Formats: sequence, structure tokens, C-alpha cells
Amino acid sequence: MTDQIDVAIIGSGPSGLSAAIELKALGIARVVVLERDPEAGGIPRHCGHPPFGIREFKRVLTGPQYARKLVAMARLVGVEIRTSTTVVEARPDGKLLLATKDGVAEIAPRRVIYATGVRETPRSCRFITGPRPLGVVNTGALQSTIYLQDRTPFERPVIIGTELVSFSVIMTCRYAGIKPVAMIEANEGVTARWPTGLFPRIVGVPLHLGTRLSGILGNTSVTGVEVVDRAGNHRVIDCDGVILSGQFTPEVALARCGHLAVDAATKGPVVDQYGRCSDPCYFATGNVLRPVETAGWSWKEGRQTARWVAADLAGDLAPVGAEIEVVAADPVIRYVVPQRLSLAAGSAGMKHLQLRVTRRAKGTLVAMCGDQILWKMPLNARPERRILVPVRKFTAADKPIKIELKFIAE
Amino acid sequence: MMQDRRSSLSSTLFDVVVIGAGVVGCAMARRFTLEGARVALVEKACDILDGASKANSAILHTGFDAPVGSIELDCIRKGGEEYRQIHQDMRLPLDAAGAYVVAWNDAEVARLDTLLEQAHTNGISNATLVGQTFLRDNEPHLSDRALAAISVPGEALIDPWSAPYAYLKQALQNGAEVFLKCEVTGGGFAGGEWQLETSRGVLNCRQVINCAGLYGDYVDQAVLGQSDFLITPRKGQFLIFDKAAASLLQAIILPVPTARTKGVVVCRTIFGNLLVGPTADEQQSRHEASTDTVSLEGLMQAAIRMIPALADMPITATYAGLRPATEQKEYRIIPRPDRNWITVGGIRSTGLSAALGIAQHVFAQYQDWGAAHEPLPDPKVPQANILAEQGARAWRQGGQGDMICHCELVREAEIRQALTGPLAARSLAGLKRQTRVTMGRCQGFYCSARLTELTDGHFDIPLAKDIKHD
Repeated sequence: MTDQIDVAIIGSGPSGLSAAIELKALGIARVVVLERDPEAGGIPRHCGHPPFGIREFKRVLTGPQYARKLVAMARLVGVEIRTSTTVVEARPDGKLLLATKDGVAEIAPRRVIYATGVRETPRSCRFITGPRPLGVVNTGALQSTIYLQDRTPFERPVIIGTELVSFSVIMTCRYAGIKPVAMIEANEGVTARWPTGLFPRIVGVPLHLGTRLSGILGNTSVTGVEVVDRAGNHRVIDCDGVILSGQFTPEVALARCGHLAVDAATKGPVVDQYGRCSDPCYFATGNVLRPVETAGWSWKEGRQTARWVAADLAGDLAPVGAEIEVVAADPVIRYVVPQRLSLAAGSAGMKHLQLRVTRRAKGTLVAMCGDQILWKMPLNARPERRILVPVRKFTAADKPIKIELKFIAE
Repeated sequence: MMQDRRSSLSSTLFDVVVIGAGVVGCAMARRFTLEGARVALVEKACDILDGASKANSAILHTGFDAPVGSIELDCIRKGGEEYRQIHQDMRLPLDAAGAYVVAWNDAEVARLDTLLEQAHTNGISNATLVGQTFLRDNEPHLSDRALAAISVPGEALIDPWSAPYAYLKQALQNGAEVFLKCEVTGGGFAGGEWQLETSRGVLNCRQVINCAGLYGDYVDQAVLGQSDFLITPRKGQFLIFDKAAASLLQAIILPVPTARTKGVVVCRTIFGNLLVGPTADEQQSRHEASTDTVSLEGLMQAAIRMIPALADMPITATYAGLRPATEQKEYRIIPRPDRNWITVGGIRSTGLSAALGIAQHVFAQYQDWGAAHEPLPDPKVPQANILAEQGARAWRQGGQGDMICHCELVREAEIRQALTGPLAARSLAGLKRQTRVTMGRCQGFYCSARLTELTDGHFDIPLAKDIKHD
């Protein structure tokens, strides 16, 4: 083993570990995964329920089983996993400042992959009215408290949101013997895909659609929530906790406080179709690219990114040069990733742009360059479902242009 | 377990009992202890700094805009001076950010001259008028709408919690005692001595100093049977932006003040974030510090108007604080020599800046009544926790255990330390003030689980309880 680290990967969740495993498979000598927690595996470690691993292992596993399997596989193929290691600063040219139990250290890998994932939007960013009692938590905090500590912060919580993760909350609550008193959704329909919408009724959690959280009550502990329906009627639901589920955002503090360009739409780093950041020593993969996909999808992305990073180390990646800029220029389009397309890459790299909409949208998706329509496609989309647009539709351009994505309602 | 209110809480006859462990009470306990008095500090909450002192804008003001000739101005000046003398020895941070009092329209520009004159009258001789070009050169992210400003180089950023903790630690290390969860309910004065009734028993002392902040009038009523003022809490809401936003600003941006409030400030914090606030809303409740959607959105818009680049910055935290405002702007420091009682009330919004000066002022008053103590010849000097972003924090050192809070880089050893000793945190709020844990951008998403384990058995209201599996 040489001293030179070829690739340092920040984060040991599904995308980070799959990138590491693939890099080793591609013959990269020294691959180091940096994990700030004492144990590797990422978020699946505290999702104590299935289904994980279908895409990766053709089996149905719980989160912890899945995480252990990925970690074991990474170690087996020679990935170096450093736990309790926090990357404090990510500097130009891949130089990383680390904090470990022994103090601080610097490393200078040849390439760095951001695989720091997502977290949920906390109460503070949601500007919720009320005092700040204990017992207002995100799913992540709840699941790690329940599955890793065998403790619970409350017994009769209200669940805010109906994303996929919100149903994971219900499963977690059932495991811990907690009885959610209500599930609140501001929209008229459940956000997650059918048939999850039926699930709360099946397990007896009242689902309130078209209902918005308007305030949290209780000075030291939660005593209730105030909700308002579409007609403007306010009422109080008694409860002893609030679970703010979903509304994921990339965990991108290092990039934001460092030197990398961050996209205001995805809130993740700006990347090209290789997942290459504004400093070409850095790549990004998995959910840090955008909120939010499943573990399986992130795992697949990690593996792809590894191939591009390996190619880059071998000098086979198209160098940074002329680029097409793709922007979501319509309030209906929440984000697009990648945000840059290297002209020199041709058909290499990601095959698709990933888009999401902010609301139910039926109509036409249009790509504009100035006043000119480059192409269009029919769109019938819902907020929590990914939309894939082939990259080749964009790379037909032969000069650096700015493409604006717009939506025309039916 | 209920303690008998009539039974004795301590056999000591204290020279002074200070009521209320806010920043003023902590500074008071320190000053009287250093002057040689036997001091007890009583606080009704389980952690110190639980009232008005838990939420402020964390600025060490110069007093440039304080009322000319006021006690407030005198205390701010003296307090700032003393802070600057002691901060290095006590390891307390001081970020000499300086401030610009920015005029955003012609009417405000017109008021700058008067304000500058006031600053000079108040002894802030280095305050100067600066123009738009100067502002653009020095604060390039400030909106073009900033027309002119008064530069006040002496305004500084400090740690709003480590400072009062250090004041009280110094008092305790030099012989003072603190009684928490100890609410003053009544008392009697006879023969030059007070028998102060509390929820934990009776304390005997010669002198009482009421620093009860938001409850100052209640305490005067409960013990003296009358209060000269009525507290009407004035709520201030704040937004804290992500640390990435701190690079957008060097100085403290103050508005041209009005008669009622200092207005909305934008500044970095000593913890490396960017702060915007406060609002000012009067309310009746002495304890409920709610945020509300409309005010927070209003602050957000105000922030973006001042610094347009904030539009793309995420919010880390929101909070609200209560200022103990009275009918008058001036502090209500009321000596009652016939009853050995001094009320220190109505310390609205400059308490952090003025606390050390208020303590000097009150001690001088006390001395005038003939009390004589021998100042401690060689007092112990405690070291504050280093929580400032730029300080030599524990995460940089080895042997401090796991990183528990990833956003604020708080180590296990720091948390364990904060859970021990006479000022051990008894609530998450108290632990936050001593360590910064959960105060970062994820607000507990990543570290709540470990915290339930580390704090198990330490908090009055536990963060979580064991799951009962069937």
C-alpha cells in the first residue's frame, strides 16, 4: 500500500460504500471511506425495517442488515473505512482537514467523492409558529433513538407529511409500541406512491389530507398541535410529540462553507454528467446530488460515479471545458441535476437528467435556449416522482449555451 | 419531594442574596464575592440563564445610542471596560467586529448627524460618519440601498452564555453558593436581617438584590408587598443563518434606532453564523417565547433587503427571547436603604453589555450604606468553555471522545463535563448553552439519539424513555 490515497469518499451510506467497492473492483489501489459516526453504514443503520437490498442483493433486508452487508463487502474487497473521522474542511484540490479522536490531521487524496446524503428539514427552517418544547423531531432522530438506543421521546405523536419516509415512521412507531394520533398532509393527496396511501388506514392512524400544521403547543413538552383545513377551520389535536417527516435537503455543509458551487435548486453541489463538481478534484454521488431517492438508487449512482472517477484517475475522462448550463426556470420545476453538461463528454456519463416538480403537473416540458424551443416532451408528474430526460436531447448543441426548462400547463 | 419552606436551607448568614441567575445576577454574584461578601444566588429554574438572558443578539455594545447621562450608559461603559479587562484571563471571546449604523432612506440619513453627536457626547469619540462608497468597499454584500452610516468601531461580538457562566463560576470558586430550582416566595426583614422564604427553605442574609428579570416586579411584590414598576415582556424573534452566510458580513449592521427599540440587527455570531433580529412585540406571558410564521418570514425579507445574497442561504435556527421592559426606558435600579434591598429591574436589551457595570454600580450603592468587606486578595480565575468558532475548541484536540454533534463539532467529553459540577446542565436548553450541542444546521437530526444516552439520568425532563417491548 502506498501512502497516497487515490480516492477519499466522504460518507459511508449506500452511495459511498458502493462507490468504494466499485473503485476497488476497477483496480484503484487505495480507497478510503471517511465516516464521522463511530459505525459505518449511513442512514439505513437506523431504519430497522424492510425493504432494503432488492436491487443490490436480490433479497429483502432490514436497513441494519443491509448496512452491515455493504460494510462487510467493502472491507472484504480492501476498502479502508475510517470511522469517527469528521471532515471539517474540504479545500481546493482535494485537501481535507480531518478531526479524529486523536486530534486533527490533513490528507490530500487524488480525488474526493462527496457521498454525504440528505437529512430532513428541521423545525427551524419550516418557520412553524409556537414555543419550542421538547419532542419535535425529524424521522432521522426518531429512528436512531428507537433503533439504536431503544428509547422513545413520546408515545402519542402527530406525523407531519406523507412522503415515503412518513410511512417508514409509522412502521418505526409500530415497532416501538408508539401510537401516532394523526398523520397530517397539506396537499389533497398522499405524496408517496400508491399503495402506501392506504397504509395508515390499515394500521389505524387517522390521515388528514388538505390540512396544514399551523402551530405547535406546549412550553416544555408538546401538548398538542394546531391544524387548519382548506376551509380555514382551526382545531387542536392533543399529542405529546411532533414528527416532522421528509422535506429532505442535501447535507452539503462542507461544500457550502468551502469553495464548491452549490445549486440553489437542489441545494446540492453543482455537477456535470460525471457528477464532477466545480473543483474537478471533487465528485458527488447519491442523495447529496438532490433530494431524495431510495438507498437502492443511491447505491446504483455510487457505482456509476466510481467508474467515472476511475476513468478520471486514468486520464480517460473528458477534461473540464465548454459546458451547457441547464436551469430549472419555472416554479413548477423544482430542480434539475446535473446542472452542467460537458460538451466534450459526448454520450459518456449520466444518461439522464433527473427532474422533480413542485406540484402535480400535467402538460408539456419545454427546453428553451433564449426564445428558441430546442425540444419538448409531454409531462404528467407528481412531486415525489423522479422524471428522467435523456441527456442526448441536450448534448446535440455544439456550443456552450444556457438551456432553460419550462413547463406549459395543459 | 417537597421541602418545608420554613426549614432552613442553609445555616450560613449570607451578606447578600442575589435573586435570579440571569446575566445580571451572575455578574452581581461575582462582583460581591470578589469584594469579599458571602453571597448566595438563588434561581427558580433548573439551569441558569433561563429567562431573558437565554436569547439576545450577543453584542457587546458601546452605549453610543444610550440616553445621555443615563445609568444605562454608565453601566454599559463600565461593563464593556471590565469585560475587556477580564476576557483574556477567563478565556472569553471578543470579536472586534465594529458596527455600522446604516441609513436606508433619506429620512434616516437626516438623523445620522444627531446620532453622531449623541455618540460623541456619550464618549464614543471614534464614531464617524461614512458614505456609500466606504460601505461598498468594506461590506460589498450589503445592498446598494445602504446610503450612509455611522461607523462605531467599538461594538463587538461576544458569547452570550459562556460569559455569564464564567462570572458565576468565578463567584462559586471563590466561595459563593448557588441554589437552583429555588423560587423566592416571601420573606421578613427585622433587626437588619432578612429571612427569605424560598421553595427550598429559608435563607438568612443582611442584603437582598433582586435581579429577577422578567419576574422582578413579582419578587418585589411577593417580598416587599409592592413594586415600583410593571414588567411588560417585549418579545424579540431571531433568525440564524447557516455558517456559510457569515462570510457575507464583517461588521455589525445596526438600524438607525427609534425611541422604542434598537431595531433589527444583522451580524455574525461568535459561533460562526449570521444573525438577524430581533422583532419587538409586547405580550403578557413571562415565559412563553414563541416564534411565529409571519414574523420569521418578515425577518427573512428584512435580511434579504439588507444583504441580497442571503436569499440563497439556508436557515439554521429560529428563536425568541423576552426582554423585561417596564413603563420607562431607563433601568429601574431602586435602592431601598431602610430595608437592605436593591431592585435591579427593567434591564431591557443591554443586559449582556452592561451586566458587569451594573454589578459595579450596585456594589458602590451598597458600600455607600456603610457595608465593609475585605476584597479577595488573590481570587481564583476560572476558564470559560471555548465555544467560539475561531477559538481553540475541543474538537481540535485528541482524547475528547466521539464527535457527538457533527454540525457544531461538539465532543463527548465536553458534554460529560457540562453534566457535572454545581452548574451541571439539567435540561437540553442548559446543555445547549454550555456546549452548543444540537444548535447547528441539522437541529438534532444526527445527534439526538446519542444525546438521549449521554444525558440519561441528568435532566429533570428526560429526552426519551425506555421502550417497553411487549
